Amino acid sequence: MTTRTLQFKIYRYDPDKDQKPYMQDISVEVDSTDRKLLDALVKLKAVDDAISFRRSCREGVCGSDALNINGKNGLACLTDLNTFPEGKPIVLRPLPGLPVIRDLIVDMTQFFKQYHSIKPYLINNDPPPERERLQSPEDREELNGLYECILCACCSTACPSFWWNPDKFVGPAGLLAAYRFIADTRDQATSERLDNLEDPYRLFRCHTIMNCVDVCPKGLNPTLAIGKIKAMMVKRAI
Amino acid sequence: MNPTVRKFDAVIVGAGGAGLRAAIQLSESGFKTAVITKVFPTRSHTVAAQGGVAASLGNSEEDNWHWHMYDTVKGSDWLGDQDAIEFMCKKANECVIELEHYGMPFDRLDNGRIYQRPFGGHMSNFGEKPVRRSCAAADRTGHAMLHAMYQRNVKANTQFFVEWMALDLVRDAEGEVLGVTAMDMETGEIVVFHAKATIFATGGAGRIYYSSTNAFINTGDGLGIAARAGIPLEDMEFWQFHPTGVAGAGVLITEGVRGEGGILRNAQGERFMERYAPNAKDLASRDVVSRAMTTEINEGRGCGPNKDFVLLDITHLDPATIMKRLPGIREIAIQFAGVDCIKEPIPVVPTCHYQMGGIPTNYNGQVVIPGKRSQNEIVPGFYAAGECACASVHGANRLGTNSLLDLLVFGKSAGETAVETLKLSPKAHKDLPQSEIDRALARVDRLNSQKDGANVHETRLAMQRTMQKHAGVFRFADLLKEGVEKILEVQKDVQRTEIKDKSKVFNTARIEALELDNLIEVAVSTMISAEARKESRGAHVRNDCPDTAECPDGRDDKNWLKHSLWYKEGNRLDYKSVKLTPLTVETIALKKRAY
Amino acid sequence: MDRIVVGAHYGLKDWLTQRITGIVMALYTLFMAAALLAGVNGQEGWRALMSHGFVRFFTFLFIISLCWHAWIGVRDIWMDYVKPAGIRLTLHSLTAIALIGYAGWAIQVIWRL
Repeated sequence: MTTRTLQFKIYRYDPDKDQKPYMQDISVEVDSTDRKLLDALVKLKAVDDAISFRRSCREGVCGSDALNINGKNGLACLTDLNTFPEGKPIVLRPLPGLPVIRDLIVDMTQFFKQYHSIKPYLINNDPPPERERLQSPEDREELNGLYECILCACCSTACPSFWWNPDKFVGPAGLLAAYRFIADTRDQATSERLDNLEDPYRLFRCHTIMNCVDVCPKGLNPTLAIGKIKAMMVKRAI
Repeated sequence: MNPTVRKFDAVIVGAGGAGLRAAIQLSESGFKTAVITKVFPTRSHTVAAQGGVAASLGNSEEDNWHWHMYDTVKGSDWLGDQDAIEFMCKKANECVIELEHYGMPFDRLDNGRIYQRPFGGHMSNFGEKPVRRSCAAADRTGHAMLHAMYQRNVKANTQFFVEWMALDLVRDAEGEVLGVTAMDMETGEIVVFHAKATIFATGGAGRIYYSSTNAFINTGDGLGIAARAGIPLEDMEFWQFHPTGVAGAGVLITEGVRGEGGILRNAQGERFMERYAPNAKDLASRDVVSRAMTTEINEGRGCGPNKDFVLLDITHLDPATIMKRLPGIREIAIQFAGVDCIKEPIPVVPTCHYQMGGIPTNYNGQVVIPGKRSQNEIVPGFYAAGECACASVHGANRLGTNSLLDLLVFGKSAGETAVETLKLSPKAHKDLPQSEIDRALARVDRLNSQKDGANVHETRLAMQRTMQKHAGVFRFADLLKEGVEKILEVQKDVQRTEIKDKSKVFNTARIEALELDNLIEVAVSTMISAEARKESRGAHVRNDCPDTAECPDGRDDKNWLKHSLWYKEGNRLDYKSVKLTPLTVETIALKKRAY
Repeated sequence: MDRIVVGAHYGLKDWLTQRITGIVMALYTLFMAAALLAGVNGQEGWRALMSHGFVRFFTFLFIISLCWHAWIGVRDIWMDYVKPAGIRLTLHSLTAIALIGYAGWAIQVIWRL
């Protein structure tokens, strides 16, 4: 089996012993069965068990292993090792803009707080019918590109507006979720949802920078969803 | 120092499908409930389920729960308990409709009803021809379901303890369960969750195998915890190998691919399933398809330079159908197999996927163990649901889409039973026995102070390779025998694992070592139960059990129509009878299983 | 107490205003470019152009748009970077006064032409 050595520069910080964070140079042997960055990280942890990162499904659906990889947010399990240029160390940092707990693990409280703030659940006050609420295939299609979000936080932590106002700007992930419910024909709370966002910070801090679209590992487009929310607000106002 | 004690009415361990479903029940009833989870709820492995959830809604063609029940009993190779199976199949429609009302984005038919697709082993009219029974949201059903249930819990204000790992059960002298000890991963602090109802929904343990579709977190924590507390584990020899894991990567390719028309081919391009299952073909039961694939590979008809995989072909399907119904599969094929499945077939191999056995429960979600009065005495205060539990609805082999149904139905019923019991229970909590708290602390202390111990990564690898070789798709008498010895050797190493990193804050090395304590219990129980079961049934197929008139396909109903129960103490095996009497209908009589 | 209070309800109005004022400024820029290409030259030329009532009105509209647009943009910057309420209010006030001053001055200049 052919093996090769990968060079890493990894952000390290253990609050128990480190005064401040530092970048560690470290290398690891990988073989041809190691296809993704996560495979290499698992190998690294076998060498140094103190390196800390989150991971779970290793197939890009759980959203655990979002990292800042060579300056760009992405999922370790979906990042192919072959995409890295030869001879240059791979630089790994925690997601930017959130407090670091340890090494590559960030505190996502603020991110989820924003997600929760948009009431991420279907609101329909009619008594539930015996059978399913009907929805045409066309109406269901409106939810495509919205419901697939895995809450990995790649988008929100790549957004300068979220960096400046993480407590007040909902961020791309939360706004995508907000539109997912606005767009659902079964949801009856559209007006309340728009009210909830009509604020100089919550929605309108989006300046269409589009970093979110650039980094989304699932290929979703939060900016488009945000644009649709704005359009609905204009329509409602005039 | 004694750990902090926090009091709740109920504590749920695990926030996957079953845990979240039970949590909805408890939170909406107003009981003070804590949900402990190793990962943020939407990261639980239910998220990776793809193909659908079974319910005989009959949206596309005639269907009813009797047919579903027949298929499930047949799929289980008659090892499933027929009362629990009837309960599940009957409740299926109600539970799926509830999910739809929670907001789950199911795909739709032109008339606005939930889209349903065919799946392996699901037939109409008692095994006649495939039926569309799997309710799907593209090929992301688990994701859509888990998020919908998490969202419902947000609405119900459920209290989550995210990134907490349960350590051990607290059980008093009478055997009643009084809660769990758990560790806050962020700080390393250990807390006792003192509760009147403890519900385990900790999922499977597919990580005991080297090659698995399971997530890193699927380490059988609930099973290890239960086993250490003296609860037996039921039917642990039955592990489902999913026919279509991506060769090399292990990532799951849903059976829904074959439901939409995908075909398995060997190196000669032959649709070999026609020989093994002339009627259901590629949509035969999973154990049947996995064995057929393994036979093809073993007989030299595998593909690739090492002839070690077969091909899953959907190139004949309309690309628009693939993009609409299987978009996630195309992503996976490109990402993990390096092929665009619109143009090329996907290399696949049978891969460990699901644990049919688990903590023994009845259909109310209550944990039951053999006692003085009966084989199924209720353990007061203890419930289990989902993959970690064994109701048993899957018996010796689970049908595709029945797992999502299992976690819905039994998550709900465990929640309901807990609510009913809590309503009748006294106000005060029972006293906590100190020895039980010490037990959990001692395990962590041992790990923290271990010197010259075994490396966690290497020990885990040794376990996984042993399981893969000695308890795989086909089972060989001599390999099993050897496997028992080997896995007990590995177990000795697990008892002396050492971590270099002793820090407090988010110490994932410690978590992995504690997980290995749980994995090894599952591995040992699997190997010992498998070695002992001298027959072929469902997913457990031995080389020394030939097809005879008395034992068709090696299934020995005279001696082995019974559930295995493995006890950690002394690796003792016990058996209990299969419940062949359903709740309201007639028994589905034993017969040879053919597709 | 660190409760986050949101819901000021002027988000949409400001966002729309920035778009509309942006369009006015873009049109005015095109108009000026056209004037340049048409050979408007020297103080005499410009003075002649500005003597049209329509041009004066358009210029007036442009200045108002510019100031309003700038007000929203600069205020957003203060909101992003300046957290203490007292300093922020002062900066807001100074910005508003400056912009009103500029607008008044510019209009005076046009009408003097």
